[in-house]
Amino acid sequence: MIELAVTVNGRRYREQVAPRLLLSDFLRHTLGLTGTHVGCEHGVCGACTVLLDGVAVRSCLLLAVQTDGAELRTVESLAQGELNPLQRAFHEHHALQCGFCTPGILMAATDLLAHNPSPTREEVADMLSGHLCRCTGYEPIVQAILDAAGAT
Amino acid sequence: MASADGTRTWVGQPVPRLEDEALLRGRGRYLDDLDPVPNACHAAILRSQLGHARITRLDVSAALELEGVVGVLTGADVAELSRPFPAGVESPIPYYAAANEVARYAGEPLAVVVANDRYTAEDALELIEVDYEPLPPVMDALTAAETPGLLASDRAFQYGDPEAAFAQAHLVVSQQFRFPRWSATPIECYGVVADWDEAAGALTAWANFQGPFTLHGVAAAALGVPGGKLRLITPPDSGGSYGNKASVFAYVVLLGLASRKLGVPVRWTEDRIENLAASAGATARVTHVEAAFAEDGELLAIRYDAVEDVGAYVRAPEPATLYRMHGSLSGAYRVQHVATRNRVVLTNRCPTGLNRGFGGPQLYFALERTMAIAARRLGLDPAELARRNLVRAEQQPYRTPSGGLYDSGDYPACLEDVLQLARYDERRAEQQRARAEGRLFGIGLACVVEPSISNMGYITLAQTAAERAQAPPKSGNAEAASVLVGPHGGVSVRIATTPQGQGHATACAQIVADALGLTPAEVDVQTEMDTATSAWTVASGAYSSRFSGVGAGAVHRAAEQVADKARRIAAHLLECAPDDIELVDGKGRVRGNPERALSLRRIAGTAHWNPESLPDGMDAGLESTSFYAAPNLEPPDDQDRVASSAAHGFIADVAVVEVDRATGEVQVLEYATVHDAGRLLNPLLVEGQMRGGFAHGVGAALFERTEYDDDGNLLTGSFMDYLCPTAPELPPLTSAHRESPSPFTPLGAKGLGEGNTMSAPAAIANAVADALGHDDVELPLTPPRVWQLLDESR
Amino acid sequence: MKPAPFLYLRPATVAEAIAALQEHGDEAKVLAGGQSLVPLLNMRFARPAVLVDVNRVGGLDRLGEVNKVVRVGALVRQATFGSSSLVRERVPLAAECIPFIGHYVTRNRGTVGGSIAHADARAELPLALTAAGGRVVIHSPGGGFRAVPAETFFVTHFTTILEPTELVAETTWPAAAPGSGFAFEELAQRTGDYALGMAACALRVQDGKAAATRIAVGAVSDRPLLLPEVGALVDGEAIGAGLAREAGTAAAAAVDPADTLHASAAYQRHLTGLLVERALLRAWENATATAPS
Repeated sequence: MIELAVTVNGRRYREQVAPRLLLSDFLRHTLGLTGTHVGCEHGVCGACTVLLDGVAVRSCLLLAVQTDGAELRTVESLAQGELNPLQRAFHEHHALQCGFCTPGILMAATDLLAHNPSPTREEVADMLSGHLCRCTGYEPIVQAILDAAGAT
Repeated sequence: MASADGTRTWVGQPVPRLEDEALLRGRGRYLDDLDPVPNACHAAILRSQLGHARITRLDVSAALELEGVVGVLTGADVAELSRPFPAGVESPIPYYAAANEVARYAGEPLAVVVANDRYTAEDALELIEVDYEPLPPVMDALTAAETPGLLASDRAFQYGDPEAAFAQAHLVVSQQFRFPRWSATPIECYGVVADWDEAAGALTAWANFQGPFTLHGVAAAALGVPGGKLRLITPPDSGGSYGNKASVFAYVVLLGLASRKLGVPVRWTEDRIENLAASAGATARVTHVEAAFAEDGELLAIRYDAVEDVGAYVRAPEPATLYRMHGSLSGAYRVQHVATRNRVVLTNRCPTGLNRGFGGPQLYFALERTMAIAARRLGLDPAELARRNLVRAEQQPYRTPSGGLYDSGDYPACLEDVLQLARYDERRAEQQRARAEGRLFGIGLACVVEPSISNMGYITLAQTAAERAQAPPKSGNAEAASVLVGPHGGVSVRIATTPQGQGHATACAQIVADALGLTPAEVDVQTEMDTATSAWTVASGAYSSRFSGVGAGAVHRAAEQVADKARRIAAHLLECAPDDIELVDGKGRVRGNPERALSLRRIAGTAHWNPESLPDGMDAGLESTSFYAAPNLEPPDDQDRVASSAAHGFIADVAVVEVDRATGEVQVLEYATVHDAGRLLNPLLVEGQMRGGFAHGVGAALFERTEYDDDGNLLTGSFMDYLCPTAPELPPLTSAHRESPSPFTPLGAKGLGEGNTMSAPAAIANAVADALGHDDVELPLTPPRVWQLLDESR
Repeated sequence: MKPAPFLYLRPATVAEAIAALQEHGDEAKVLAGGQSLVPLLNMRFARPAVLVDVNRVGGLDRLGEVNKVVRVGALVRQATFGSSSLVRERVPLAAECIPFIGHYVTRNRGTVGGSIAHADARAELPLALTAAGGRVVIHSPGGGFRAVPAETFFVTHFTTILEPTELVAETTWPAAAPGSGFAFEELAQRTGDYALGMAACALRVQDGKAAATRIAVGAVSDRPLLLPEVGALVDGEAIGAGLAREAGTAAAAAVDPADTLHASAAYQRHLTGLLVERALLRAWENATATAPS
């Protein structure tokens, strides 16, 4: 077991973890933050995406121990009381149905908009190519992200 | 807000979803998020490495020694502790939750290891020693049809006089079509928590099961317990299903047996590798079509010879995929003479199950490709051929030769709408110019009747009339819903439709809000389902797009009953007639005298706190549970005719493609769809379902295929090889709607959500065939496959 | 899918990393970006007894140009590499291939050095480095370095000339000179998928003719294939449609792909020829646009 000190959504944690514990499992089962979802465990579906020191990453492709000393943000951190503009845009555009892929897309979109505040449609679609959704057909998600970009 | 004169309602409005708040915050409650049983142990499943093999040795002793392992359930245990799963036809090979002596598909469960955590359980899997004696796999459906023991069912049906019709034909199109196996692959995999109670001889299981609850009975039968001893609970949220999560019942049994043998609660979350190998997918179908046409293009008769590959076992509810569309064998056309031979065969693949479209994609690929081929040979534009054959508005409700009852719709008008939406004539002109330049430009059409609300009796068509007569008939499709106004005046609704993203909670809230004079936000809808405490029936669940008709119907009925009682209570307290009371703005008020009103809270309070003041003979409380059954869903008759679905939508699609001659890439330039799904309960949800159905259809057309090699090894074993389309791959979609309310559902709504999955593969294939001038187009139309067709044409 | 157990080491310096590799030899695997390795761990296709996480090793993430050579530390993230204006201006071939690598999120973690060391025959960076005439600089035990040309670095599937005790330090890419042209072509079924075919071209224009043309193709063999005979075919000529097509035909004939799940050998061969043709034409166009007059 290895000691891990990590800040998640602004709260500091100190846990003993096995080296092979995946970050996705650490978040969900050790910390009880079940908003981050697991869809494939090989980095393709994107459902597990979180922010590591401000940058979007696949939590299923990180060992929890690798995040020692880092700052993580998960979907639970987006709403400060009210839904944030990105979340509101998803709601208005009906950009989620089952909601399982949604947290990963919200975190990746948060990264995109932080680094590229006015993305083109192509840039949004390109970022989304790393996320599988089987419910929406993607168009409402593209619209929601463009809308959120315009709004902020 | 339902207005006093009833002109404005919540139903029909694009109300944004009530579900979103929690889901956007990451507060969804999916199966793996739940912790219903403390100290549940974790399971990992040992799976067959080979597609067909005798298991000559299974040695779990080393696995048992690993620290943290609680125990192992073997295939032999499963054979001893359970019975084979019943199915729609008697399977030549009994199907158990795990293989015992013979494994019949790569990924089939052989044993279950239960340990303190999943990591340890997977470590233990590697310590189990398995000896396989390979057996020859059968992977080709047509070969299986000729192989003793692999033909599970062979039934022929004839309506009208096809032979006479063929004798008069000006043109006979004879063509074989293959529709490949694919899977809707929800992003959330299966999950089960199983807790066997030895003293009670009962299993409580949590699972992201989606119905139909006929499968609850199948699971109970396998476990050897009465239905009342299998308590099945579904979570509030499910991460997509599109049919696939019907088949999780097999794992409920497997994990239930593990819990029983080892005396501990057991939980299992499927991973993606398992999901792609061993959950469920659509059937692959080989259909030989013969279609007879008159010189003017009238479709005189159609004969199908369908060979349906259901995988290694007939797993309930199969062969439902083959029979679900039985009432729509004639599609959207007036053809009166129809025949089909339905063969169900076994191959060494994972057993199939419900998958979006559920028989529709397979049927319409064959039928609509046939129409396109015929059009070309007759020298007619496909749109004109369709025009000459579509069922006409004045014929609705329309009885098909095979017993289907279409409820409403103006199919020819929808066709004209889509041709306009797609600027069809302009596109044909553009095609001429493109062809002159040597470009491969194609336009494809598909006309699809989309059935919804399945008749639970249609599956009995797999038996002969004489066989059917020996057992009680099955029919109908019913749903249950409860609407409660609690002592506090709060309104809650309980449904058994196990939604997986379709927005049932919002739609229910709209319906109840209209009935009780509230806003949807004031209605709380509970979506989790518990067979011990919910009202439910065998047809409960979300499948075959039944919610808008039957699910909504049950909610509507229950809400109306509560509204009726609320009006009578208010009338009693306000000393007027119940007909004088209207429920508006959260109050029951006297029509024409709005100051005389009582809040719903007060009305409910009276029913709970002061039942003595209620009208004579009225029970306390303010709630209603309603079972609503869709009409016209009789069992099959002696001529093998059946109304297989209660409501029928119509979809007309036009796909415009350009094929890159050099690379074989298919670019869908534009896709237009006109959809008639009856009355739309919530246009926002409708648009979402349509886009989702379309995306799955595009996947099947261009990207997705569950591929095995000749040795039975699964080749598309991860998301790196099973290719689901992503945002850049989805073509632009334009849509329009017509609303022809169904006369057969309480709100006039029809199911939707599967239609474009049924139509898109056909429309896109038609467009590519049109571009290439090639009849034999096989899905998915990947660049290498298309290039091969081009290469062959050279 | 959970990894098999391993001993986890997190060296802070190159010396510590090398020492760990020396101690554990071929029982150890280096973890950099993890976007390729961790899926293999999760699926238990890779089960190293020791995992050496080099993400915190100092000094491996520098990016800069020295003497007309762009030096890219092994741990430079693919996203950083792709968004760097230095790379866009000075190594346009690399900049062109980045958008094809994985996806937006995976490029945040995936590293340039990691992709090179992983040596997936379908990966873009090994192909680009080969076509560019770049080198792999390796930390050897004892504190030394060795630099190996890309075309000799890759041996076969997932295998390079790296010893178990060695670590990639950086890759070096010749900086673009005026009058040079580059192009990277790839066809995949979906955005970000492994390629059905890839071709990369680097050339110079000299007195109105192509010179030092390097053509390399990927995804059709067990490593990137440099095709010197195809380069020789166009050197000394102005590249027009006819010559480009001829070169494409020669490239198609020079490769011997196997049928895969996604594409027949015939298609891959055809596609390779087509992409070589396109890469040559575009590289020529770029070169003649920047040629000093």
